[in-house]
Amino acid sequence: MLIDVHAHFHHAGGQRADWAERNASRLRAGEQIGITRHVASILGSWGRTSPTYFPSPADVTTGNNALLDLMRAHPDRIAGYACVNPNYTAHALGEITRCLELGMIGIKLAASRRANDPLLDPIAELAGARRVPVLHHIWQHRRTEWPGQEASDATELIELAHRHPAVPFILAHIGGGGDWRYTLDALAGVDNVHVDLSGSGVDRLMLESCVSRVGVGRLLWGCDITMCTGLAKLRHLENMLPPEGLEQVRWRNAATIFPPGSFAAG
Amino acid sequence: MTCIDVNAFLGVYPFHDVGEWNTDILLKEMERLGITESWVSSLPAVFSRDPAASTADLFLATSGNPRLRPVPSVHPGISGWQDVVRDAAARHAPCLRCDPMFHDLAVDGPEIGALLALSAAQRLPVVMAVRLEDLRQRHPEDVTPDLSPAMIRTLIRRDSSARLIITHADREFIEQVHFGSTTQEASRILWDIAWIWGPPEDHLEILIATVGVDRFTFGTGTPLRLPETSIAKLDLLRLSSGDRHRIEAGNLGVFCGNPA
Repeated sequence: MLIDVHAHFHHAGGQRADWAERNASRLRAGEQIGITRHVASILGSWGRTSPTYFPSPADVTTGNNALLDLMRAHPDRIAGYACVNPNYTAHALGEITRCLELGMIGIKLAASRRANDPLLDPIAELAGARRVPVLHHIWQHRRTEWPGQEASDATELIELAHRHPAVPFILAHIGGGGDWRYTLDALAGVDNVHVDLSGSGVDRLMLESCVSRVGVGRLLWGCDITMCTGLAKLRHLENMLPPEGLEQVRWRNAATIFPPGSFAAG
Repeated sequence: MTCIDVNAFLGVYPFHDVGEWNTDILLKEMERLGITESWVSSLPAVFSRDPAASTADLFLATSGNPRLRPVPSVHPGISGWQDVVRDAAARHAPCLRCDPMFHDLAVDGPEIGALLALSAAQRLPVVMAVRLEDLRQRHPEDVTPDLSPAMIRTLIRRDSSARLIITHADREFIEQVHFGSTTQEASRILWDIAWIWGPPEDHLEILIATVGVDRFTFGTGTPLRLPETSIAKLDLLRLSSGDRHRIEAGNLGVFCGNPA
């Protein structure tokens, strides 16, 4: 079993004319790699009618509906995160409830609001009540504002995680940019924050540092938008971890934080 | 099967720790991953005012290992650089290395012009890296700009015999150079695949279809990057074994005048 905890798909309402090719490519590469389940999100219209990281409520719903369609088309391959914009609390809570009832298994927060902001509390409370994890977009050590997003870093996510200790949070793409060493140091002892290994960054020692500083029990394999780096990290882990540790990273850790039965068909 | 990594390094990187790294470890990694030969540059040379000293260390470190081929670094603003080029040719180095941005050399300046002319006369390609690390994760003191597509277009037009091996370039960069050059100019550039994305964006597959498979060669960027990445993107391509061999070694042989 191999769970990709950080995948994305595109849809006809986004900016890209090649959306169907990219979706097909992800599924095809997934088969080559041996991915049992792509746990995916769609961030609104991907910038077409509202910004990717600040999606309008209408675009949030459209994107989630597109993902639900993909889940129905590939029930044995695609699982979903409900993507929401925390600036619209009522819509976000309603969308999470709707999408979870339709089979999604987690919540995706990108960069519409800083992770430590109180507006994220009702979302985290709902995640706790529904026992689903929250995947949060993270910039590894944010030293400035980055254009187009209200990015958060590990220390900001940790504040939220401390306020909601029963909720599993997934710190997104340790290889996704910034200083991952800062993140790993910050995560010491924060047991409800898990690290997703995705991202285009493939620095030597990054995976070794994740294991030594965070522990193999809190690592989750994923790809995000570069599956070649996901496969490379998987192969590096295969050379680095004992079989039981590798199984944890491939799927067992994911199985403990997603709702029971989420990956049963796999 | 032969697989040649044109983009490997030895030595210390100043901005972060890459762990224990030496010729023995590099050779073990090559063995594990099926890389038969590595063209090895000196990391300290990139950051040195006079890279010649680091190049001497590089020759020493790789001596006796025919699978490791040292790539001498040249700073054409330092007196005696011509000797480095001639010595490289005499010692059958596969190519030269120059990092104009790290050495603060203008690509349209006289020093680079002289290097391109002499390297061409000695039939030595020149390796240049667009970048060594992703802009998003650099050390605050690492403010060296990337090479730009315009710079590569300038370089390839300066000497009609010059040949460049460009590493760490992405799809957009390659397209802007390739389609901004004549066929003859483009034929004198070989691109390593280290920084080109695989699926689902499929940048490498698209480039092979548009630019042509003959313009690409295998490179990893090790030890700054996991070498498994470049192998993984080839494994995920829908590529004939013949085309894969061209990327892994064949194109490089043709480019350097040593076809298999």
